[in-house]
Amino acid sequence: MSLSMPEVKRIAWLARIEISDAEAAAAQGQLNDIFKLIEQMQSVDTEGVEPMAHGQDVVQRLREDRVTEIDQHALYQSIAPQVENGLYLVPKVIE
Amino acid sequence: MLNASLKQLSALLAQKKLSSVELTQFHLDRVARFNPELNAFLTVDAERSLAQARAADALIAAGKAQPLTGIPLAHKDIFCAKGWRTTCGSKMLANFVSPYDAHVVEQLNAAGAVILGKTNMDEFAMGSSSETGFWGPVKNPWDPARVAGGSSGGSAAAVAARMAPAAIGTDTGGSIRQPAALTGISGLKPTYGVVSRYGMIAYASSLDQGGPMAKSAEDLALMLNVMAGFDARDSTSLERPAEDYTRALEVSATDSDKPLAGLRIGVPKEYFGDGLAVDVAVAVEAALAQFEKLGAKRVAISLPNSGLSVPAYYVIAPAEASSNLSRFDGVRYGYRAPEYGDLADMYRKTRAQGFGAEVKRRILIGTYVLSHGYYDAYYLKAQKIRRLIARDFTQAYKQCDLIMGPTSPSVAFGLDSMLSDPVQMYLLDIYTTAANLAGLPAMSIPCGFGEGGLPVGLQLVGDYFAEGKMLRAAHQYQLATDWHLRQPAGTE
Repeated sequence: MSLSMPEVKRIAWLARIEISDAEAAAAQGQLNDIFKLIEQMQSVDTEGVEPMAHGQDVVQRLREDRVTEIDQHALYQSIAPQVENGLYLVPKVIE
Repeated sequence: MLNASLKQLSALLAQKKLSSVELTQFHLDRVARFNPELNAFLTVDAERSLAQARAADALIAAGKAQPLTGIPLAHKDIFCAKGWRTTCGSKMLANFVSPYDAHVVEQLNAAGAVILGKTNMDEFAMGSSSETGFWGPVKNPWDPARVAGGSSGGSAAAVAARMAPAAIGTDTGGSIRQPAALTGISGLKPTYGVVSRYGMIAYASSLDQGGPMAKSAEDLALMLNVMAGFDARDSTSLERPAEDYTRALEVSATDSDKPLAGLRIGVPKEYFGDGLAVDVAVAVEAALAQFEKLGAKRVAISLPNSGLSVPAYYVIAPAEASSNLSRFDGVRYGYRAPEYGDLADMYRKTRAQGFGAEVKRRILIGTYVLSHGYYDAYYLKAQKIRRLIARDFTQAYKQCDLIMGPTSPSVAFGLDSMLSDPVQMYLLDIYTTAANLAGLPAMSIPCGFGEGGLPVGLQLVGDYFAEGKMLRAAHQYQLATDWHLRQPAGTE
């Protein structure tokens, strides 16, 4: 497997990271080296092996459906880049 | 005082021979002296620390002291601490002052410990050298031209240079153990789920685990007592009865000659193959011989899939990272690009400017392996290999009680020597990632010196919840040896 330049740019777009042509070219070589390492996995027969998602086989805990959080929006918004009237401001999304 | 154990410091505090304010000020002075060169601390806030120290002194005076009351501890900058700038080594969080405490921080605060400062690290804990962070590299107190290991390199260097009596770190693929090995200190990654991840900035959630870093196994046990515990805010926190890890350290007096009699140490042949530096192999061999002298029996074992742990890790960890780090979008907290067009452009510019090269690289890997059409070939495949790796350990623990080998294939390497070759850097994690993938507890303790007079670490890997067993073995080794008390020249 080898990633092409358009693929590197598409991945960066999916990841919402702006990438210049020069950065994409540098990333391409390094990513392909890394995928060469990762490809070692393909030599192993894993037929019938159950995938392991976690270090412990834990079951999702459930709790009663009641409010446990207190209102701290003023505190949390005090560190936001841009807020107004208790709302986070972002560029206009809907025309 | 520099080599005093936490227990000894606690006794001095209890006897009023020393106040927490004096102890904290003593270490703040050492930070002021050594940190300009070592770059181990990112944030020091003497007033805040001393206020905590005064409160601790009041607790002690009132007879309400607990074992860590009044002890200053260095916190890796990945743990959110209310009112403290918490950057995770990133420009993205350069101005982030946490509005809340991590569970570990709550626990340590409740025990009366003092936050001495926040320590440097690889950006978002992604790295094995503490060089990828926004704030410059951590330098190794044993040789400032070398790295301190990573990602908890700042915490490791802080303890090694005796700027802090002990520290806390996190370990996703070796980030407590490897820097501990490279700086000659002790560090422990608990069984996955023993320490809450709440308020620990997430890298790879199925692997991340916080743990203590200190001079000795005895100190680690004291700290783990406070750090461990159920927390409902972490969905993978385990509900189990509290353990007193300090009780596990001791053996009965009748066994004083052979305190580890009956202990079977599994030595995996895969950990002593190509790629292991000779100086490390020699020191690890000598440590194993010392364990035999203490009564342990050596058993040859095999972990046949260990060579696959690095490839599987570098799929699973980046996949989880790409998802976890999607929260850094310039909207609710952290960095936002100064100029942008529409919303998507704001995201893209914010993330391009806020993240460093290694973080971007891992996000790109993770995004790719999770993208449509590649999930089965990479992520699912890696999860199946993860199962094979975990099974290797299950098999091995039928023959032995603990597994031992090197923590890192070499002693500390030169600053800048690996940064341009990510694959070479990733391969340094060869002995450490398997414990994270399997969820097992593991630790590193100093076991000698190699090339250039640099420390070598011995890794211990236990079965699930075998922290006590590991700590006992390490403590008995440290009673018989003094590697853990060696200190870098010039830091007296």
